[in-house]
Amino acid sequence: MRMYLAVAATFLSLPVAAQTAVPMDDQSQLAPSAQPAAGAEYFQPPSESDLPDNAFGELVREGRAIFVDTRKRAPEYVGNGMTCANCHMDQGRKPNSAPLWGAYPMYPAYRSKNDKVNTYAERMQGCFQFSMNGTPPPADSHVLNALTAYSYWLSTGAPVAEVLPGRAYPEVPEPAGGYDLAQGRQVYDAQCAVCHGPEGQGQKSGEDFVFPPLWGKESFNWGAGMHRINTAAAFIKESMPLGKGGSLTDEQAWNVAAFMNSHERPQDPRLIDGSIEETRKKYHANDGVNLYGVEVDGVVLGQGTN
Amino acid sequence: MKTISVAAGLLTCLLTTSIQADAGADIYSKGGANAAALACVTCHGADGLGMAASGFPRLAGLSATYMEKQLHDLKAGSRVAPVMSPIVNALTDEEIQSVSQYIENMPTPSYPRVERSSEVDSLGAQLALRGAWDRNIPECVSCHGPGGVGVGDAFPPLVGQSSNYLASQLVAWREGTRQNDPNDLMGHIARSMTDEEVTAVSDYFSGLGK
Ligand code: HEC
Ligand code: HEC
Repeated sequence: MRMYLAVAATFLSLPVAAQTAVPMDDQSQLAPSAQPAAGAEYFQPPSESDLPDNAFGELVREGRAIFVDTRKRAPEYVGNGMTCANCHMDQGRKPNSAPLWGAYPMYPAYRSKNDKVNTYAERMQGCFQFSMNGTPPPADSHVLNALTAYSYWLSTGAPVAEVLPGRAYPEVPEPAGGYDLAQGRQVYDAQCAVCHGPEGQGQKSGEDFVFPPLWGKESFNWGAGMHRINTAAAFIKESMPLGKGGSLTDEQAWNVAAFMNSHERPQDPRLIDGSIEETRKKYHANDGVNLYGVEVDGVVLGQGTN
Repeated sequence: MKTISVAAGLLTCLLTTSIQADAGADIYSKGGANAAALACVTCHGADGLGMAASGFPRLAGLSATYMEKQLHDLKAGSRVAPVMSPIVNALTDEEIQSVSQYIENMPTPSYPRVERSSEVDSLGAQLALRGAWDRNIPECVSCHGPGGVGVGDAFPPLVGQSSNYLASQLVAWREGTRQNDPNDLMGHIARSMTDEEVTAVSDYFSGLGK
């Protein structure tokens, strides 16, 4: 079943969601980096044992704890089953996995697209709103202060305003013939379901998610960067199956990323007047490869899960 | 009439379940129909928590699906354990099923749920809660759950096992005498670990159960 983009012409209208303030209105796609050369050298963040036993060390440790256990440490801002570290591997340290040491020195960031400047706090607020399907913490909140302290500390010795190797997920070229959802399902069943569950729902131990959900109401929403198939393919190729990163072919990574992102997830909080069509036009049409507002198997995606 | 047959159906249902449970308990404490299928209790203890000194593992509370798979794999040879092989060879499929169900339902002590957000103070804790990502080794708890309590039908508990047993399994993966993990998920990790790490992480998880 080859996929082609068939933007739905149907004018679907949904109940208008209460308009939430969106501090940074898209999960701006990082300029993709090339696949790293073998034996590439990356920036080395300091080790935890180097942290001082004072108020600074305390704040950094708290930031790290929030980053790896966001649902428990900052429940008022999280609306799904995810933690920051689910996508920023090795607690935000791993190169090629959007590490915090690659991010922090690049802000405030100017974006010519809308002639705006975004601060580091706003970038993190974006991840809360979209990836965590939650409510962004205020810029002066303790949660953002702690996460900023953690990022600052990880960046110790890194140059400012210079793109470091390993900042983004390395780009994976789209297969020449496009992606294939049926083959994506096969990869999923053979290599992913053992951890993420047969329905992408993740797996819990007691109340805690151990394996994060890949779609459905507990996953990232339709506005998150990971909803782009190109971004998800790059992440998956680099880091999945867990511990066996780099083992999938480019084609497998694209197929399984497309399969994952052809399922429903929470609505895009930027939904315009309840219209998927309008929202696709404004926010998704030029945002990499994605299936928001696109018809798959006779159903227009982007309905949301609630 | 209908009510009666429904009631009768229910009764049969209940009876079969309790017969199965009894059968499982019997196999556990007295052994299988074939005399070579020795009673589990001999080595794994009445409480199913194993015998640390001799390296016999905890079974209590392990998922029945996981346990059935292990017993079948021991039969098939993708997992090698000399003490177990005459025993599994003497068990029928039905016996494997009922004893696995019984084992899953055995009560277990409550273990501490140490999370990734906790601080680390030893090499073992470092591997368990931080991993060694420079070698693509994830945090143990990212699959085995907080404190290594186990997750679902594929990721068994590590806590409550002895250091002896845990280390013996990591070594079995390294040496290829255990190859029954899904997609070599554990094998490739074990093969990247140093001897020092094998000991440290085994001590860490066994320590949490004490
Ligand atoms: C569902 C996966 C996911 C989760 C969960 C997630 N992020 Fe992100 N994050 C991304 C993606 C994808 C990007 C952008 C990468 C791209 O588009 O190339 C990103 C980018 C970022 C950046 C900017 C990186 C840069 O180099 O500019 C920061 C900072 C960040 N995230 C912090 C967080 C924090 C803090 C949390 C938890 C509150 C979080 N993220 C949760 C996927 C996620
Ligand atoms: C051995 C278990 C395991 C396997 C197999 C596995 N994953 Fe994951 N995956 C994880 C864990 C654990 C995380 C979270 C990482 C963390 O928190 O450090 C994760 C995170 C993710 C994420 C980002 C978080 C989210 O929920 O969106 C995606 C996407 C993902 N996996 C996709 C896949 C795909 C696709 C496959 C199959 C090719 C796969 N995974 C195979 C364990 C696994």
